[in-house]
Amino acid sequence: MAQASENQDIEQYHDSKKLDNAVQFLSFALGKEEYGVDILRVQEIRSWEPVSRIPNVPFYEKGVVNLRGSIVPILDLRERFSLSKAEYTPLTVVVVLQTSDGNKTRIMGVVVDSVSDVISVDKNEIQSAPDFGTKVSNEFINGLVAVNERMVMLLDVDKLLKLEDLDQDESQ
Amino acid sequence: MSIDMSQFHQVFFEECFEGLEAMESGLLTLDMGDIDSEIINTIFRGAHSIKGGSGTFGFTVVADYTHIMETLLDEMRDGRRQVTQSAVDVLLGSVDCLREMLTAIQNEQDVDEASVAKHKAVLEIELNGSSSATESAAPVAHVSVDEDIADEITEIEEEAIEDTEQGWKIAFCPYLDLLKTGNDPVRLFRELNELGDLTATPNIQDVPGLYELDPEECNISWDLKVVGDISEAEIREIFNWVEGDCELEIQPLAKAKPSKKPAPPPAVKKDDSEPAEIISEVKPKMVADVKKPAPQESDNEAKTAAKVSGSIRVDTDKIDALINMVGEVVITQSMLGLVGENFTMDKVSQLKRGLAQLERHTRDLQQSVMNVRMLPISFVFSRFPRLVHDISTKLDKKIVLKLVGENTEVDKAVVELINDPLVHLIRNSLDHGIEKPAERVAAGKPETGTIELKAYHRGGHIVIEIIDDGRGLDKDKLLAKAIEKGLIEENVLLTDKQIFELIFMPGFSTAEQLTDISGRGVGMDVVRRNIQSLGGNIEIISELGKGTTIAIHLPLTLAILDGQSVAVGDETYIVPLVSIIESINITEKMLNKVAGKGETFRLRNEYLPVIRMREIFNVQSGDAIKMNEGVLVVVEGQGILCGLLVDDLLGQQQVVIKSLEANYRRVEGVSGATILGDGSVALILDVPGLVRFSVR
Repeated sequence: MAQASENQDIEQYHDSKKLDNAVQFLSFALGKEEYGVDILRVQEIRSWEPVSRIPNVPFYEKGVVNLRGSIVPILDLRERFSLSKAEYTPLTVVVVLQTSDGNKTRIMGVVVDSVSDVISVDKNEIQSAPDFGTKVSNEFINGLVAVNERMVMLLDVDKLLKLEDLDQDESQ
Repeated sequence: MSIDMSQFHQVFFEECFEGLEAMESGLLTLDMGDIDSEIINTIFRGAHSIKGGSGTFGFTVVADYTHIMETLLDEMRDGRRQVTQSAVDVLLGSVDCLREMLTAIQNEQDVDEASVAKHKAVLEIELNGSSSATESAAPVAHVSVDEDIADEITEIEEEAIEDTEQGWKIAFCPYLDLLKTGNDPVRLFRELNELGDLTATPNIQDVPGLYELDPEECNISWDLKVVGDISEAEIREIFNWVEGDCELEIQPLAKAKPSKKPAPPPAVKKDDSEPAEIISEVKPKMVADVKKPAPQESDNEAKTAAKVSGSIRVDTDKIDALINMVGEVVITQSMLGLVGENFTMDKVSQLKRGLAQLERHTRDLQQSVMNVRMLPISFVFSRFPRLVHDISTKLDKKIVLKLVGENTEVDKAVVELINDPLVHLIRNSLDHGIEKPAERVAAGKPETGTIELKAYHRGGHIVIEIIDDGRGLDKDKLLAKAIEKGLIEENVLLTDKQIFELIFMPGFSTAEQLTDISGRGVGMDVVRRNIQSLGGNIEIISELGKGTTIAIHLPLTLAILDGQSVAVGDETYIVPLVSIIESINITEKMLNKVAGKGETFRLRNEYLPVIRMREIFNVQSGDAIKMNEGVLVVVEGQGILCGLLVDDLLGQQQVVIKSLEANYRRVEGVSGATILGDGSVALILDVPGLVRFSVR
């Protein structure tokens, strides 16, 4: 069912673009930089709400929230990218993303400053990312695209949300 | 139009496995010498419905096999044949064989033909050969002779198979609309090529001229030759998808006659030969494609893995109760809705009453839903008579297994997870617990040993006891061994309980007694850890020379847990109530520092290690004054007592366990999460994990 409706979504969207190789991205802002994620990975956009802290995990993993009965971790992208910290306000936005890890689908939220736009991009216009001097290490970035003179960095959701292995108790 | 039978497969397999279990338990009763025509009838019925079902679904291997069993059982039923020990053993063997076959079919794997043939031969010998044999023949000898013959027969059969099954000739003539159904012959050939060496020869006589040619029609037919040791079923399986869309003829290569398919009459529109050539030029490319081994194995694996999803059988009573509850909830809800319309303050009492009712119904509803997941423990217990039967024969011991309280109900997840630990414990009892008959007689005990498997409810728990009247645990030996292994200091005084606990210590191996029955690498420490991971605990009571009792306490369900919420700073954590021994108000002064290694608390002459939750979980928030005083929650994990220092106790409540790993990862010291009344998330503490964590 979900698959079918998803396929339908994709089809509709292709029809609307009349382009075979168009992709849509949700763009959002972190400080003065603009990033984009594949819109099909976005489950929902929520406002920030307090999280329950998880002990002894990396600082950018802020904690977990209750998302309609499931426990969903929240990551702070500013902290993940070592940007300066921002205060959380009621206007702070959490983008809930789907990521697949092997054959398992996970749901995670990322904290961003604000959501900007939905952009449609021709696949051919996406440029590969050069080794540039932002605070984002290259590995998360799939490519760059220029939209109205602005540069948007397209993020690889799976790589971005891959949790680093903690030093777990080996006897388990 | 054909009905899609595969939708019934799951039910069929479930019924088959149930039937097999019934047959097995019936046979075991017969094995005890308790011959009853009703039992034979039960076994017969089991075999009969498996035969019928597998015939319907086209699993002919199973049907043929069951038919022989049925014949044997039929003779027994009519009294034309004595029920002998050997016959029962052979039948038990065939039950195993059937189970293997069905499991293989269920997982869409190939049936192990050699083993089936072997079992079949044994069955046939039993059926034909020994009908006149006297019953008094020593059963053991009987079986071994049978097996020898069986081995020979198998060899002969296998040779025969090798002669004939070197390859297959397949005439594959698709109908015109094969391609329209989404099937591509190339794909079929690719699969065939994986089985063996494939040579494909296309017949292109039917291909019309270019102007009449409809590219969506399949005008080519093929003569295929596959070389290799392949069963017909495997080939049939490949062509399964196109069964209705082609003419198919499969013949073994050795006897293969030239394909019977009448060479299509010289094509009507053959006048234009060019297009035919064009197509024949396409052909070599196709063959080349075919030669490439396609890596599709991973695909198959994924398919098998997906099959694992379980189903559950539920009493209609339980479902009726559930529907009743839902009805009640709906009524209460509409009543509340009525109160809510034109609400005035004088309706408050009515509202409160309604809410109270809703609360009660919700709790009942929860209970009923949980009940649906409850299965009688007999699902686990029923496997053990067979285990005991097999192992006691192997060990030359006389052992009776008594099952008590098989109808005690327990959560499905517990049923699934308790099996392995129980098997291990029972193997232990069989192997180390119960003595050999001679030894027993010498000790003044009855020759036949007894193992009792007992399940009952106590409090919110289910208790499973394994009681044997064997030799019991030798405390002195255990102590000596523990000292030898350096697990404990010499001259330490231990209570009986502590001594028995020793066998759960990792590394406390009983290597000298290692046999193929116990000591399979699942140590007692693993058993205990498994049981603790289910939220339960295990204890041993034993008396030398009289026997051992192992008691396992398990929570009734794994989805809901009684928890104590505790405050640490601004954060709330849940401590499972089962692991809490007591809680004590303490101040800083009551803690004793131990040479830099940590803190202890003296509780009635016992020193407990203290875990400061604030420190171990890095809690920064909260009232700083409270840093040095709080509540010490005394918990037990892995047999170790330990104190958790928290700020405050908040309250007890039932919490629904949610997985933290579903979207996140395992976190040390935390076993899961739950959602509190205000919608926020609280972590559930993993007490044994915390204890381990703090020790490091």
